[in-house]
Amino acid sequence: MSVTIAQAVWQGLVILFGGTLLGMFYKGLDRKLAAQMQGRIGPPLRQPFFDVVKLMVKENVVPDHAVGWLYNLMPLVSLASVATLLFYLPLGGYTPLLGGYGDLILILYLLAVPSLAMVVGGFAAGSPFATVGAQREMVMMMAYEFPLAITFLSIAWRLSAILPGQPVFSLTVLAANPLWGLVGPIGFIGLLLLFFALLIVTPAELAKIPFDIPEAETEIAGGILAEYSGRNLAMFYLGDAIKMVVMSSLMVALFFPYGLANVFNVAGVWGGVIDVAFFLVKVFAVIFVAVIAVRVGFARLKIGQVTRMFWLPVTGVALLGMLLLTLDRFV
Amino acid sequence: MALPRSFKKALWVFHVATGSCNGCDIEIIAALTPRYDAERFGIMLTGTPRHADVLLVTGPVTKPMLPRLKRIYDQTPDPKAVIVVGGCGCTGGVFYESYNVVGPVDEVIPVDIYVPGCPCRPEAIIDGVVKAVTKLETLEKAGVSG
Repeated sequence: MSVTIAQAVWQGLVILFGGTLLGMFYKGLDRKLAAQMQGRIGPPLRQPFFDVVKLMVKENVVPDHAVGWLYNLMPLVSLASVATLLFYLPLGGYTPLLGGYGDLILILYLLAVPSLAMVVGGFAAGSPFATVGAQREMVMMMAYEFPLAITFLSIAWRLSAILPGQPVFSLTVLAANPLWGLVGPIGFIGLLLLFFALLIVTPAELAKIPFDIPEAETEIAGGILAEYSGRNLAMFYLGDAIKMVVMSSLMVALFFPYGLANVFNVAGVWGGVIDVAFFLVKVFAVIFVAVIAVRVGFARLKIGQVTRMFWLPVTGVALLGMLLLTLDRFV
Repeated sequence: MALPRSFKKALWVFHVATGSCNGCDIEIIAALTPRYDAERFGIMLTGTPRHADVLLVTGPVTKPMLPRLKRIYDQTPDPKAVIVVGGCGCTGGVFYESYNVVGPVDEVIPVDIYVPGCPCRPEAIIDGVVKAVTKLETLEKAGVSG
């Protein structure tokens, strides 16, 4: 790494600011498009910004029953871990800022931190609704983490057989060598299955409908977030927005890391601009398929249905994908 | 401190039924459906008073709901506004001398906006929510805490 500290700080600020803006923009787009699909006009694209500014003005209530320091710390932990994730992702084909200091395994753990922070915050709130929500979130994490891990590990393992000696767990290496062209037909089908599994895991990871059971507003009054208000709620809101970008850029990096600059033979600044623009389109495509369309099309599932769904069919699909990739290695 | 402009564009609403007949409640739901689409003004229905900026109270206050209504009012973070939806909540309506009714909502908690009607139209409810912000701003200018 030949970047100086000042450069790193400057780039970090740009990534943080840009990632947050992007998350808010996609969140606005999400609400607008969902409204359009339901035949409504929908809120303006800037609506998430209004929401956050309003939440910052509101009173920050800490309930009497709550464990104060935990309750106030968890929104910060959640936002910080999601923001850290931004530094590990190859956004728009650029080498991630902290790419040399962590890999896919670290990302897997960092992805679990916001949900865990919400769980701890929910328990610390001391409200029965928040406790129920926190328990549901924990059960859901146990359900979707397995297929998520299978997907990550199978891809990295298959690549390790193709590129021996390379740090295959590094996202930069993964994004530089998309597997689609490197495997045979069996592996291709396996990859498709893994992609499908990750596509189903994404809305669960983001706790969107049909997997929004931890926050189910109509049955457990906002669940985990039931007691949060004002600044703390705004931090969870921002964290949620950034996590949407993180999750879909992760998917883009693993499955669609292709850029357009080489196709059009454009180099230099314009090549970068084209790549970033294409990256934004890809991220939007993933969000549209995995979050917006699913959110509008389905109703909320029960917690038992979600666990059964992730443990049997989705894990089955992911394991089958892994098996096919393994077969592909030896055929 | 003056309220930012964003405040009136992102009002989250919590619905409290204090003994209503479900008529006004249906109209509140109607205001959220595609036909009226309250979300285009940033109005969202929340599941908990902690997230709310505006309390929509329907119905006359019955005796069992009295402590709950007070508690929900206290749980809502400031700045907040209270809107009474429907004739029963405004005046007691047909239940004004019922043995089980404490009285109209404004005898229990401070009310900012009254939306009369039995039941009131969804347009009137949306109008009331928007007017509630104006009320909050006026109170603030006068130095009274919302």
